[in-house]
Amino acid sequence: MRKLINIEVNGKAREVAVDVRASLLEVLRGELELTGSKKGCGVGECGACTVLMDGVAVNSCISLAVWADGRKVTTIEGVSPEPGKLSDVQQSFVDSGAVQCGFCTPGLVMAATALLGEQPSPSREEIRRGLSGNLCRCTGYSTIIDAVENVAKTRGQA
Amino acid sequence: MYDFASYTEAADIHEAVGLLCANPNARIIAGGTDVLIKLRSRDEAFVGRDFVGVTRIPGMTDIRLCDDGTIVIGAAASFAKIEGDAVIAQHLPSLAQAAGSVGGPQIRNMGTVGGNLANGATSADTASMLLACDATLVIAGAQGDTEVPLAGFHQGPGRVKLEHGQILKEIRVAKAGYEGYKGGYIKFAVRRAMDIATLGCAVMIKMDGDRIEDLRIAFGVAGPVPLRAASAEAYAKGQTLCDEVLEQIGRKCLEDTNARDSWRAAKAFRQQLISVLPGRAVRKALGGDGDA
Ligand SMILES: Cc1cc2nc3c(=O)[nH]c(=O)nc-3n(C[C@H](O)[C@H](O)[C@H](O)COP(=O)(O)OP(=O)(O)OC[C@H]3O[C@@H](n4cnc5c(N)ncnc54)[C@H](O)[C@@H]3O)c2cc1C
Ligand code: FES
Ligand code: FES
Repeated sequence: MRKLINIEVNGKAREVAVDVRASLLEVLRGELELTGSKKGCGVGECGACTVLMDGVAVNSCISLAVWADGRKVTTIEGVSPEPGKLSDVQQSFVDSGAVQCGFCTPGLVMAATALLGEQPSPSREEIRRGLSGNLCRCTGYSTIIDAVENVAKTRGQA
Repeated sequence: MYDFASYTEAADIHEAVGLLCANPNARIIAGGTDVLIKLRSRDEAFVGRDFVGVTRIPGMTDIRLCDDGTIVIGAAASFAKIEGDAVIAQHLPSLAQAAGSVGGPQIRNMGTVGGNLANGATSADTASMLLACDATLVIAGAQGDTEVPLAGFHQGPGRVKLEHGQILKEIRVAKAGYEGYKGGYIKFAVRRAMDIATLGCAVMIKMDGDRIEDLRIAFGVAGPVPLRAASAEAYAKGQTLCDEVLEQIGRKCLEDTNARDSWRAAKAFRQQLISVLPGRAVRKALGGDGDA
């Protein structure tokens, strides 16, 4: 069973005929060729597939693609201000040494982007809580928390 | 790709009830955070079904305060919505605590309170809290809406009192359920996020000076379904609040519950939690430092 859905993906209106059984992650990585969002666990535990739906962080692996109908979806490909540039969150991950293998990074950048949208100056404890839906097997997390803290500080000074 | 047959959304709840009634193979899906996980492990209950989505039904996610003081929560309201809602923050902050203890942010954005109840798990964080609030459920069906108490809704692990064609529409907490009460929820889990409760303890307490006028205690994972501690509640009424009384309440809670061994924790450890968490939850409710 296919259904025609209208989604705004990273600012661009798209019309896609999706299999109703497909996850949003499958449609993003497949039909839409946006392979930045990763599949780690496929069951909502790791956060590697995190995207924003109408600005809210969701696990795209356990979201049906049809649920994105009429919504705005932002993926890691959509966070940078222009091609070739990084968003301040992405840059801060690089500067803070928060990226090792990088598999968790797209999801963590999306979760951090959502968190900073809701709480512009979170405490380290609030950052931990805001990123608790994302696993990283490499870094040990403290550089990731630094990265988010640094964005908040820099934005606060601007 | 998930292994189900079809997906449909209805324009309103009557149409959704109609879709369900017309098709014995139809099943409800809300946020999908239980259903899709079960489908991944090929749970017979969901493989090959025709899904009817309920989260976009108008009004299903609304939270409102009625003129008579009843708090009405749409069954498809997400945990995040409950956590951030002004009515809940003002009148039922302990429910915001319980909702805030679920999963991580992404799960709280997708999972719904109705799904938490209808899924029938004893560990459901909002179930024990709502049970302590004497919540009632509005269930929509072919014959119209009926209102039933949450107490008795859970029939066994994963089983609730919903017939095919019925949709949980609203959760209601009447004024008598919360007015004058302070509430607290303690989720004891091994990790501070993304973990299922080893034991959940919810209390609603009404004080008269330093006397306990009324106390309601509900547990998750202290038995096959979320349950109330009736004899502990009866004992607590009229007692002067002090450490000895809280300890005695804890001992009574052991009589009211039926903890078991599981891979998450041994029975003896759960019993220890059952005897100490109510006291901590009461302290937390009354503004002390009761956090586990
Ligand atoms: C990674 C992860 C972490 C989690 N952590 C927690 C946790 O900490 N605490 C916790 O309590 N739960 C947790 N859960 C479980 C789950 O998120 C909750 O139980 C959630 O409330 C389910 O809601 P849903 O809308 O996603 O339900 P769905 O999966 O859509 O549905 C669940 C069940 O309820 C039925 N249903 C749903 N809505 C209705 C309705 N309106 N009327 C009738 N039947 C209905 C469905 O048919 C299905 O049987 C977790 C899940 C995951 C994947
Ligand atoms: S891949 Fe979606 S949460 Fe792990
Ligand atoms: S950098 Fe490797 S999983 Fe996080």
